[in-house]
Amino acid sequence: MIRIFVRGAGAVSPAGWGVEPLLTALRAEAPTSYEPDPSPPPSPIRWERVSCGRRTGEGERSTSTERSTKEQVASRELRAPSGSRRFAARLVPAPAPRPAWLGHPRLRRASGISQFALSAALEALESAPGTALDATRLGIVTGTHTASIRYSERFFGEVLENPATASPMLFPETVMNAPASHMAAFLGCTGLCYSLVADQTAFVQALVVGCQWLVDERVDTCLVVGMDEAAWPLADALDHFAHGLPLSEGAGALLLARQPGTAPAVELQCITDAHLYAAAATKEPAARAMRSQLPAESPGDLLVDSRCGTPRLDRAEDLAWADWHGARISPRFTLGEGLCAATAWQFVAARAALTRGWARAANISVVGANLQSVGARFELAEE
Amino acid sequence: MVITGAGIVTALGLGWRANADGFRVGRRAFRPVSLFDVTRQRAKEAAEVDLPRALPETRLSARTMRRLTRASRQLLWAAAEAWRQAGWEAGGNLPLVLGTTGCGSESGEQYYRLALEPAPARRGQPTRSLRHQGQRQALDVAEAFGFEGPVTIIANACASGYNAIGHAWELVLTGRAERVLAGGYDVLTLLAFAGFDSLQALSTTRCRPFDAGRDGLGLGEGAAVLTLESLDSARGRGADILGEIIGYGAATDCHHLAQPNPEGHAAFLSMREACARAGVAPESVGYVNAHGTGTVLNDASEALAINRWAGPRARDLPVSSTKGSVGHLLGGSGAVEAVVCLMVLIEQWLPPAPCVETPDAACAFPLVREPRDARVEIALSNSFGFGGANATLLFRRWP
Repeated sequence: MIRIFVRGAGAVSPAGWGVEPLLTALRAEAPTSYEPDPSPPPSPIRWERVSCGRRTGEGERSTSTERSTKEQVASRELRAPSGSRRFAARLVPAPAPRPAWLGHPRLRRASGISQFALSAALEALESAPGTALDATRLGIVTGTHTASIRYSERFFGEVLENPATASPMLFPETVMNAPASHMAAFLGCTGLCYSLVADQTAFVQALVVGCQWLVDERVDTCLVVGMDEAAWPLADALDHFAHGLPLSEGAGALLLARQPGTAPAVELQCITDAHLYAAAATKEPAARAMRSQLPAESPGDLLVDSRCGTPRLDRAEDLAWADWHGARISPRFTLGEGLCAATAWQFVAARAALTRGWARAANISVVGANLQSVGARFELAEE
Repeated sequence: MVITGAGIVTALGLGWRANADGFRVGRRAFRPVSLFDVTRQRAKEAAEVDLPRALPETRLSARTMRRLTRASRQLLWAAAEAWRQAGWEAGGNLPLVLGTTGCGSESGEQYYRLALEPAPARRGQPTRSLRHQGQRQALDVAEAFGFEGPVTIIANACASGYNAIGHAWELVLTGRAERVLAGGYDVLTLLAFAGFDSLQALSTTRCRPFDAGRDGLGLGEGAAVLTLESLDSARGRGADILGEIIGYGAATDCHHLAQPNPEGHAAFLSMREACARAGVAPESVGYVNAHGTGTVLNDASEALAINRWAGPRARDLPVSSTKGSVGHLLGGSGAVEAVVCLMVLIEQWLPPAPCVETPDAACAFPLVREPRDARVEIALSNSFGFGGANATLLFRRWP
């Protein structure tokens, strides 16, 4: 049987550009049952080359850092053009300093989502030392809910104003595979490259596709990226279903391979079936069915769930995991509803918890808004 | 891996017969756009589908049917035809793989216009936001025919349909699924029309793929759905087999977000891979349904790729693009062209490209310009898209 390993991970979130700011934010806001090792190993990531945020080291795990992290992910606003409606949002801070790779010809005009996705992908690649990378054998699969919504909104606004003057430079950036295309061009990937859309579970579906390519030996390594960006129409739509829930944005990336790489190696042990919300199957039975396909709780297990803090929306997942008493983190509590980016943060956080010795295994639960429930499990690979 | 059902909706009509009759003679289905205002656009025509008010009989409630978007309605017509033909029954775990670029965009556009109002009414907006999402069209299909299973929606621009069918083919080929429902769809929307118009990529005369004087593409809309299953499954049910998919290739062009590599390198790789996986040489291919949008850049690049892939075979390899008949259906084009290839293989004719007067000198192959019968065992078809998405499928006639 072919095993799939998670060789690297990267993230961009309202907490900053990189996995470290994400983890710092989650630790600062996490429930008390989530107690990380007080002395995590130093990050192997070469931040200066990959990411744009400030480096976060061990010495910064102070109360003041936690306060500043909370401030960093504090709500900001998105406004409808009329100005009459405002929506809470947690946005990715501007990169400072601006990384050199953003000067690549393909990225100069790219939407924020493409920049988030590529940053996360580069961090995932750089966090996997020793991975022989043949770009022609690298697969890329992205999962998104609305892709480049900022440019879509801007372009369509121009069309409604006067189609004769709508910008031809914006339109190509509105296609849903623009972020994946920019990633492929930057990395020189000429092989398989898919962009998937759905609710928050699109990232998990992308993982499924990436695993299939690896098992079938269509690729040797595969970048799986979850991403979304915030814009007022999306915040407006979210407000209809969860008033006050902050919309957020960013990306998360996993680098998958058939070989484990350097220890500690994290194995993608399973992905559950996708339990669809078709007419007869509402969220609750689907979430229960997903949960029943993941192992019972054992000491050292972590649960990373998709709850957002809105009781009505969280009910199905609360019920499905009612028997879970161990460590548990909910990235959306801290960072807002980042759609497919937030799902990717769940997986990035789960991997980090294992590689840093904070947990032995992690169940990841994704109860999507309106398509399906699906889960996965990471385990530390045995030597 | 065989195909046991095929459904198609284009501006030529609903269903196999109406479309086969139209494609066979190269009928042109363009007309002035009526779905939205184009008075301030350069182009004025598109290939709109005449969609009946009624829907095929399915498990959907009357209330749900009233709420369906144009995208879901076209998709349901295509899926119903394929489902009926295959003789599949409700229940069980059935993967669904769809390709689209705009999902339920017409609903999203309506949502946006209303949300722009200073004091927008909330009534109907939640439904519009849900109906905009691609997963809603997928769930409509699953609910209509009573199945559950993993849903994969591929949005690889205009190659989405072939990536979807190719992915479905791989699911069956590798034994991950015995049956898969796959297809592609897109409807005409103001955003897409204005987008291609802003790029000056729309023809202001007539869409003429591979013509030396071509001046752009024509947009269309529609959907097509295939039922794919293992040979054992089809034979076990005593199903009629329409044809086989024997190869799938996909490659990424890193040249530019919206322009192909002038040499068509990724297109060549995609065709080569599809043939290699099928174990088929260009000499065995009897017809190529080209992506052939009618833009200057696409057709020049694709012609070079076909020349390179086919080698000496190019001299007498019939090639045509059916986008001159029904337009470019974006995420729906690949799936529709898959059904066209099945028509070619089953009915043994070649679809001519309407309006071609002077073939581009780059074409080393003969363009099909007049209706004619032909003996074709294997057909190859290309779909390319923005972002450098390139996909090729290879179909074989079922004896």
